[in-house]
Amino acid sequence: MSIAFKPEETFRGDYSYRNSDAAILRFPFPFPEDKYMYSVNIEPHVRSGPSDVFLRPFDVDEHYIAECRDRAITLERDPGRCQVLPHMMLAQWDTLELLMENLSADYPEHFSLVKEGDDFGSRWTWTNRPLGIEQSFIFGDAATLPCEPFEYITRQAQGDFAICDQRDDNLYMDAGMVTSQADWSLEFDVGMSFMEWHGPVPLAHQTGVFERALKYLLMLRLGQPVRRLNWTMTINPRLDTSPESFPEWGTDRASVTPDNAGRKVHLRVELQTLWRLPRSNAILFPIRCYLASLDDLARVPKWGARLHRVLSTLPPQLVEYKGLTRYLPAALEWLARHDDGRELPVGTEAGVSTLG
Amino acid sequence: MIGDTLLLQVAAVTDIAPGLRHLRLVAADGGKLPPAAAGAHVQFVLEGAARTWRNAYSLVSRPGARDAWEIIVRRVPTSRGGSAFIHEQIKVGDRLVAGWPGNLFAPVRIARHHLMIAGGIGITPFLSYLAEFGFTGAGHALHVCCREGEKDVFGPWLGNSPAVAFHWDADGHRLDIPALLASQPAGTHLYVCGPAAMNDEVMAAAAAAGWPASHVHCEHFGSALSGGDPFRAFLARSGIEVDVAEDESLLDAIERAGVAAPCLCRGGACGVCVTPLLEGEAEHRDHFLSAEERAAGRLIMPCVSRARAGRLVLDL
Ligand code: HEM
Ligand code: FES
Repeated sequence: MSIAFKPEETFRGDYSYRNSDAAILRFPFPFPEDKYMYSVNIEPHVRSGPSDVFLRPFDVDEHYIAECRDRAITLERDPGRCQVLPHMMLAQWDTLELLMENLSADYPEHFSLVKEGDDFGSRWTWTNRPLGIEQSFIFGDAATLPCEPFEYITRQAQGDFAICDQRDDNLYMDAGMVTSQADWSLEFDVGMSFMEWHGPVPLAHQTGVFERALKYLLMLRLGQPVRRLNWTMTINPRLDTSPESFPEWGTDRASVTPDNAGRKVHLRVELQTLWRLPRSNAILFPIRCYLASLDDLARVPKWGARLHRVLSTLPPQLVEYKGLTRYLPAALEWLARHDDGRELPVGTEAGVSTLG
Repeated sequence: MIGDTLLLQVAAVTDIAPGLRHLRLVAADGGKLPPAAAGAHVQFVLEGAARTWRNAYSLVSRPGARDAWEIIVRRVPTSRGGSAFIHEQIKVGDRLVAGWPGNLFAPVRIARHHLMIAGGIGITPFLSYLAEFGFTGAGHALHVCCREGEKDVFGPWLGNSPAVAFHWDADGHRLDIPALLASQPAGTHLYVCGPAAMNDEVMAAAAAAGWPASHVHCEHFGSALSGGDPFRAFLARSGIEVDVAEDESLLDAIERAGVAAPCLCRGGACGVCVTPLLEGEAEHRDHFLSAEERAAGRLIMPCVSRARAGRLVLDL
């Protein structure tokens, strides 16, 4: 599959990030109904779904090169965005193998992996054409890569990654590459348990969402990954909305008006997948982030109208937690123009094949 | 790397000792197997002439091996029949269906030191542990309790590792568990896999010596699999009556009747098969239900548990 990359676009400064029409149509819109509330929305990560982003286990799109560059900029300024506790070395190799195998199998034009064997100690050669990388190394020997295996491969992947070690009937966030997060800090969370790092989330603990999700994840099987969608909103197409860089983006929230909301306000959807890793028995948690402006979304009539309804009925605790309070009225005023009140079909599909 | 079942072909069968059979299995299509971790097990579908068994065995292949999986099966005199099937029927070239590897007994990678105690065939999960620790350099020791004559059977997996010691039932050779536990460095994790009585003894000794439960790990599955008296069960939702024979589990009988029951470990550990019990008294053999849940008598784990007397009625 050939992808027309947009290597020059930016996620900071002049924010030149834009979605092509095709990228808008495949956007993983997260709202099947007019209301939203937290639930254990986990399903098998099969190669199909209402959007093309589900066709391959690790989706690569037109923003690939630009996203990898944005990650490199963030890491340069703050190397602490990648952290791996020492006992996670097997999980690092598991992650590298999983990503290299899937990317090379699903995108042979862009990536290739040649192995002399499968075991630790074998020579592997990895080619990443979009980023112009060719690397020969010994699988299992970190000294043969320019950096540790987890950092190496996640610098060449879209989306954030966490690895959870499983022990004591719990999950611990013992590794992460986190440069495009929705306002949470790896530095703060690293080493925490499932309930600890989910501590700040409102309402979901009380309804047992996290208790059930954890029990389910502890039994997650090799070969049977699962997925869920999570979402928030971001002003400007910015990937790095971390607490660490808050001074750079926090004040943008005050810049939204009913007139510029279409351009400034972005829906930020995370396609989260969960993978049992084979050697380490850890769980890999890739968080693949998709950004679309209200302008983009309103070109799909169903999505513009539905977003208006979801946001106008969102529980106040979620508005507050997701940081929408300041600009929600302006965004709603803008969206109201795209909602004629007619009944919308259940489901997330765009329902159109070309954009208005 | 997505899938749930695989078709395997038997590549080699070796009797490594009386009652101990080693199988080497490859992917029937000549492709690669998914890699598996230290402590992993695989569930095999064993198609006998009259009936089918589903047995789980620890992989003793190298962790991460993708060319072949290996298992060692002990012929259990009172077994459900699957081990007898492997000893009597299986031959090179046979094909069998297997699940993807599962792991309910993974080493704890934050441990400062790994202390393993095996009883007899309970050594199997530790053979893959040894391979991993050999690679990562993690500190470890394995104590094997077996018959004196069985010492050399596992030689090919153990090499000449100074970290392995054998114990058997003769003066000067018995394992002094309390003394062993007392001599461990702080931060040690203890793993035990063997007959139920040995597991209990080691767990009790660790508790008595003040070891935190989070540092003590027991491989349960495989230990509670033997059958018992035959009984009948009625599946209320399906309207089917099943006879559970003395050498099969309730879960086996349910599946034989064509009812798909959820399950994973088939050894009373994972909790996936939990089923509401509407009538009858269960003999609980699982490691999942709490003491309160057992006392309440409303749930049963059909993969291992049976009827104490008479008939069970399940909401299935
Ligand atoms: C095991 C892998 C997972 C990791 C590493 C992870 C991590 C996180 C983190 C770091 C946050 C932000 C918390 C904060 O505000 O500081 C979060 C939020 C959340 N997580 Fe998870 N999570 C995982 C799995 C799940 C699963 C399986 C569920 C299923 C219900 C879930 C549900 C949520 C929800 C509902 C929120 C609030 C999100 C929002 O409103 O923006 N998480 N998670
Ligand atoms: S299948 Fe795991 S407890 Fe029964």
